[in-house]
Amino acid sequence: MPADTGFDYVRAADTAHALTLLDTPGAKPIAGGTDLVTLLRSGVDRTPLLVDLAALRGQAVRVEPRPPLGGPGIVLDALARMADVAADGWVRATYPVIAQALELSASPQVRNLGTVAGNLAQRTRCPYFRAEAPTPCAKRSPGSGCAARRGVQRGTAVFTADPDCVATHPSDLAVALAALDAEVLVESRAGERTIPVTEFYRPDAETVLRQGDLVTAVAVPPVAAGSRSAYLKVRERASFEFALVSCAAEVVLDGCVIRSARLAVGGVAGHPWRLTEAESALVGLELGAPAVRSAIDTAFAAADPLPGAVFKVELAARAAVRALRAAGSHR
Amino acid sequence: MTEQATENRTAIPVTARVSLRVNGVEHHLVVEPRMTLLDALREVIGLTGTKKGCDRGECGACTVHVDGRRVNACLTLAVMQDGHDVTTVEGLGTPENPHPVQRAFVANDALQCGFCTPGQVMAAAACIAEGNATAPHRIREWMSGNLCRCAAYPQIIAAIQEAAQADPVDPAHAR
Repeated sequence: MPADTGFDYVRAADTAHALTLLDTPGAKPIAGGTDLVTLLRSGVDRTPLLVDLAALRGQAVRVEPRPPLGGPGIVLDALARMADVAADGWVRATYPVIAQALELSASPQVRNLGTVAGNLAQRTRCPYFRAEAPTPCAKRSPGSGCAARRGVQRGTAVFTADPDCVATHPSDLAVALAALDAEVLVESRAGERTIPVTEFYRPDAETVLRQGDLVTAVAVPPVAAGSRSAYLKVRERASFEFALVSCAAEVVLDGCVIRSARLAVGGVAGHPWRLTEAESALVGLELGAPAVRSAIDTAFAAADPLPGAVFKVELAARAAVRALRAAGSHR
Repeated sequence: MTEQATENRTAIPVTARVSLRVNGVEHHLVVEPRMTLLDALREVIGLTGTKKGCDRGECGACTVHVDGRRVNACLTLAVMQDGHDVTTVEGLGTPENPHPVQRAFVANDALQCGFCTPGQVMAAAACIAEGNATAPHRIREWMSGNLCRCAAYPQIIAAIQEAAQADPVDPAHAR
């Protein structure tokens, strides 16, 4: 590590202690450390104070009755390890898309360290953002431009809402949670609030969290009876790689006719991209019908990729079709 | 809390006390918070069996077990492992009494240069204990966090399969 990246380190005793410490300007929470440790080492992150949350870890997965919504939902502890959530029996049976997204993430070693909140709050894998040598990057140095616009574009967004940044968010878990309409529970000294996963990220792949915020849990609502789900990840090698594109699909069928479908795509924007228009167009179609592809295409009409990412529009649409059919044929 | 809170935190390194139980032996260290578990093991405790490859979680050469789970020692800070149990390759077996995975790596010629081997062996022992070494395709997926630049992968898979048969799943580790 560079010699000038010293920082102070405090273990939070409980949530109240953590919230007080996190009010320190620049202070950051650390849990698994798999992302933050590398960012600190390369000098990309220069926090003066790390607040270790290990003592706050609770039960990884809680099954919670939600009377108005029918069946029980689940609450994932913010500090739950990725490996523990993926191995949970209730998660595997009820929300296979979550278990699959997690087991297709990173490596077994990383999943033993990485946590739910840390996975959601990880920074973009854009190589220009993470470069150790100075490079134009609006995140690193506002106003310096974006090296990806003249560089390698395979990892860039195809829905480019931010003129200064074409980063994608790398979390597979976030894509699965977005398809399931999950919510992030956030505490600060000002109180608690709930943020839908679909609104947890800005267009530039940063979270909407502010200094002093602490993610405490993620709540996943119940799924309808007969719900099936699956996660498809397309990447440059068979394992231990971030997605070029990915798709989380959840579907309820009536025979082979789609009664409801929820689709979220990863690798195409600064946040998980729900295919809202497609979801309505899919209702009533047979799962195997060619019309499924046309319905999904409606959600990509607004894509505006850089030249090096044009192929990802077709790739993402095909991934969505496959994920939907894989979900439908499960069980 | 670190020992010296300083006015200019970025200029003057602060230090922290850490207790690590490594291969059954207690170590009391005073380290800078930014020191990784990997550097503490190698540079402070002097256990150089754990290798530093990429130093960013991509190659797996630094794999150790913390409280029985395999992790990348380069991705966690030593201060974060205070009070935890760490097993390194030095604690897995001895030359006289090698671990079944170590024996299988020798028998199957599962290495060339050997640099990745301590990490491979530690990951493999965990992979078997987790119950993830049931078939070659599953071993490949669950060993994907360990790279081998000599590409000894076929022999590594064979060694892990052999060790898994010799050493049935430890129910204490199966999850």
